[in-house]
Amino acid sequence: MNLNIAILIILMVAALWTTMTRSLLRAAIGLAFMSLALTLIMFRLNSGLAAVFELSVCAGLIPVLFVSTISLTHPLTKQEVMQHMKDRIRRFWYLPLIIVIAGIALSFITVTLNIKLPPKEAEESVRAVLWNGRPLYLVGQIIVLLAGAFGVVILFKESEEK
Amino acid sequence: MEVVQIFWPFLLFVIMLFIIGIYCIAITFNLIRALLGAEILIKAITLLVIVAGFISGRTALAQAVVISLIVVEAVSITVAVGIVLGIHGHNNSLDTRKIADTDK
Repeated sequence: MNLNIAILIILMVAALWTTMTRSLLRAAIGLAFMSLALTLIMFRLNSGLAAVFELSVCAGLIPVLFVSTISLTHPLTKQEVMQHMKDRIRRFWYLPLIIVIAGIALSFITVTLNIKLPPKEAEESVRAVLWNGRPLYLVGQIIVLLAGAFGVVILFKESEEK
Repeated sequence: MEVVQIFWPFLLFVIMLFIIGIYCIAITFNLIRALLGAEILIKAITLLVIVAGFISGRTALAQAVVISLIVVEAVSITVAVGIVLGIHGHNNSLDTRKIADTDK
């Protein structure tokens, strides 16, 4: 349990880093670290397959997407950077304060959740759940992937025409 | 161990991740940073689903949901990034204050 808390704290620090760092590139790297910490939590909570997906897609593919987007947009001039820095400090310095206060306040709350857990069943494998129990999830995933592919094609087709 | 004792620390961190994500989206004027905020919110949801699956003893179902969530997340971020690039090509800026008024 203590190791879980340590990993959760790393996750929180990575999230704060992602939000507060000035450089977008560093923010994308912070996002990858967040996914890495979440992967460790998933492995520790017996969710190995989802952890592998998280590691490959969220810690691998999505930061690469962000980095390529950042490299395709023009960097700010030195004057703009200085202006943005002052602006950012003014807007973002509240966040760590809010998080610390929220964390302390929430940790003092004694919760009485009346959760009724379902009866224990024989654990199925993820494959069995996805293919036999919830085939519509797969259909939905295929539709979403196709919609995304068509969306990207349409977006770049328009920009070529321009 | 009682359910609350396992669930509460995770829920606390999920709430804090939510605060960070919403703050990031609400405060920033940069479109890429807004997407990063949305990513943080999705991570909070993923963590919540995994913990709920672990506590209820249905990790297989939770994993199936999380895998679907990751697919939706990847696709939506890809399309959003394409839209952001389109906006940048049109306005030469990622600042929401400098984006041309769409009502015109």
